[in-house]
Amino acid sequence: MTMKTSTRQVDGVTIVDLSGRITLGEGSVVLRDTVKELLSKGNKKILLNLGDVNYIDSSGIGELVSAFTTTKNQGGELKLLNLTKKVHDLLQITKLYTVFDVKDDEAAAVKSFT
Amino acid sequence: MSANRVSYTLESTLETVNSAEEAASRMAAEAGFGDEDVMKIGMAVREAAVNAVLHGNAYDPGKKVALAIERTPKDLVIVIRDQGKGLDVKNIPDPLAPENLMKTSGRGIFLIRSFMDEVEIHPSPTGTEIKLIKHVHGSSGDGKEASQ
Repeated sequence: MTMKTSTRQVDGVTIVDLSGRITLGEGSVVLRDTVKELLSKGNKKILLNLGDVNYIDSSGIGELVSAFTTTKNQGGELKLLNLTKKVHDLLQITKLYTVFDVKDDEAAAVKSFT
Repeated sequence: MSANRVSYTLESTLETVNSAEEAASRMAAEAGFGDEDVMKIGMAVREAAVNAVLHGNAYDPGKKVALAIERTPKDLVIVIRDQGKGLDVKNIPDPLAPENLMKTSGRGIFLIRSFMDEVEIHPSPTGTEIKLIKHVHGSSGDGKEASQ
């Protein structure tokens, strides 16, 4: 299954709802292009909703790191929302769980942006 | 009755990565592994196939990836071989080191080692062979590794 994204605005925060797999090839490219486009339009508060992402490979992890770093370097913030157990475990073993700001409640996540 | 051993010769393409993952996941499920182990085995094979296609064969259409999956009473054994220059095993950076944590690549071998019970990497000037073993009744938390 390929990855799909849709974006919505809530109180100045862009929420990106992702579903499917973030893997080498299409999924990673879609994520990269989505974040790149948001930043180019000045949307620098980005919340990636990974609730329907059931699979990420090392390339997908790299893409999340890249999105986080790129957003930060442009003065923005990128946070993660609703990790599935598989994705949560993957971020734990790669020690990235504490690097990302991970939220499990959308309203609280939106409010947490500065 | 399903086969106990399958082997494929695959092109150096992204399609191969998906095919290898699907074949390994199917064999793992048939061997009786639970959903979580099937996912781990599939991902380990996917990462090994990515290494073979991208870093080993570098998408060279003249080079192939050999994949063999064997089911024994005790183990699921997967062997992936590329025709690249040979992986430099000793110089693989630790992706958990603070200076590498925010790198966008370099986690494939680490994930393979995390998800399989035994991992053997055999690089040579004519290619790299990686052997992945998951014990049918073993715990997944006692990863061992042998490299040369």
